[in-house]
Amino acid sequence: MSEVKYSKEHEWIKLEGDIATIGITKHATEMLGDIVFAELPEKGSNVEKDGTAGVVESTKAASDVYTPVSGEVVDTNQVIVDDPSKINEDPESSAWFFKLKMKDQSEMDSLMNKEDYDKFAKESSS
Amino acid sequence: MKTKKTSLYQLHQDCNAKFVEFAGYQMPIQYSEGIVEEHKFTRNHSGIFDVSHMGQLFIYGGDDLIKDLEKIFPLDLKNLRLNHSKYSFLMDKDAGIQDDLIITKINDGFLIILNAACKDNDFKILKELLKEKYKMVLDENRSLIAIQGPKSSQILNELVDGVKDLNFMSGNWFSLENQKIYITRSGYTGEDGFEISIPNDFVDKLTRELINKGSKLIGLGARDTLRLEAGLCLYGHDLDKDKTPVEANLKWAISKERISNGDFIGSDIIIKQLNNGVSKIRVGIKPEGRVIAREKTKIFNQSNVHIGEITSGTFGPSVNGPVAMGYVENEFSKKDTKVFLEVRGKKHPANICGLPFYKKNHVKGVNK
Repeated sequence: MSEVKYSKEHEWIKLEGDIATIGITKHATEMLGDIVFAELPEKGSNVEKDGTAGVVESTKAASDVYTPVSGEVVDTNQVIVDDPSKINEDPESSAWFFKLKMKDQSEMDSLMNKEDYDKFAKESSS
Repeated sequence: MKTKKTSLYQLHQDCNAKFVEFAGYQMPIQYSEGIVEEHKFTRNHSGIFDVSHMGQLFIYGGDDLIKDLEKIFPLDLKNLRLNHSKYSFLMDKDAGIQDDLIITKINDGFLIILNAACKDNDFKILKELLKEKYKMVLDENRSLIAIQGPKSSQILNELVDGVKDLNFMSGNWFSLENQKIYITRSGYTGEDGFEISIPNDFVDKLTRELINKGSKLIGLGARDTLRLEAGLCLYGHDLDKDKTPVEANLKWAISKERISNGDFIGSDIIIKQLNNGVSKIRVGIKPEGRVIAREKTKIFNQSNVHIGEITSGTFGPSVNGPVAMGYVENEFSKKDTKVFLEVRGKKHPANICGLPFYKKNHVKGVNK
């Protein structure tokens, strides 16, 4: 059983066991436009909740990617580094950014569910 | 200050434009397909750009005007043929660039196309320099669109017969439904194309007809990636008052005729720099990896000494990689010099390269 939650910084996070897969939402990609560069955290590094854990750039500007939870980076998605346009194509599935081994699963509690996030995204873009 | 709208605002909205404020105007940054697709469509087919925010300055006069303008611009204007255009710049007395522009000789004077953010100041400067001897009109009643890309000549010629015979950097008056429109074969994308000056009331109709013939509206976002791949400068970024045309590597635009005598604003500095060289110069910069080095990125040499700064940098969709321009100390300006760009605290390798990044056959059938 997996659980998907969303952050105010427009990341999604899917928890399976103690492994969290993190990416950016479709709404985020629509705001950014064509993504042409992605930088991911180093495997083995530790990232802290709400800290920066990567960068995406569109033709227009660079944006930080934040991690909504803390943990050790156990995997990164080289596919999106080699072809960043994949992020626009399939942001909430195959174009995930990194996987974390979570330290404290209660960090998931403060994040939004799909319904709340959709409402938040709609309000923040209007 | 209230932002202005161009006469194509409604059409931009109809085409789902995302707007940004640019030089006091609401301008489309992109449409629904996005910057990369718009960029590629222009390179492969034909794109239309609303550049109505730019200034269209008509100055009327004869031989006296030519003499007076030669005191301002480093151009051989007395030998500029009717309906021919030159790229130039308005300099201050220290040869700092106050604007870059295109000047075209028309029947009764000159037409000068100015950058939107500079046009009001340019008008003031020119009016003072010309001592109000000539009629000057910064025409707000005309719009300006550019149509760029390999299919543009055919598409525009279907509506305005004869444009396909224009040579690069020349123009003429054409008539479309009894409206006088001035068309030059020029542009700022590195593609063959045209710029069309047309009364505001008719620009919407013409643009919709061009779209019906297969062209598409393209936003400022793709205009920026296209011009950067073509190695062309953007005022306020690659050019400003702290840079001279020689430093900007634009000495090709300074008429050789005028160098011997000088006698134009900034000529002392220009001649000195042409003879003695400059300490910093604009170059093309190609990052080795995929990292994009944007404006204000610091440039270092191999000994980790700060030698310059990026003035424009983006991802080039046709190059399929990052591209940039910037100023470096002259001794590091040679092609293939290895440099390092500091992006988010890390130094990334890059090489000084020639411009443009992207080049194709400029205009078919051009007789220079």
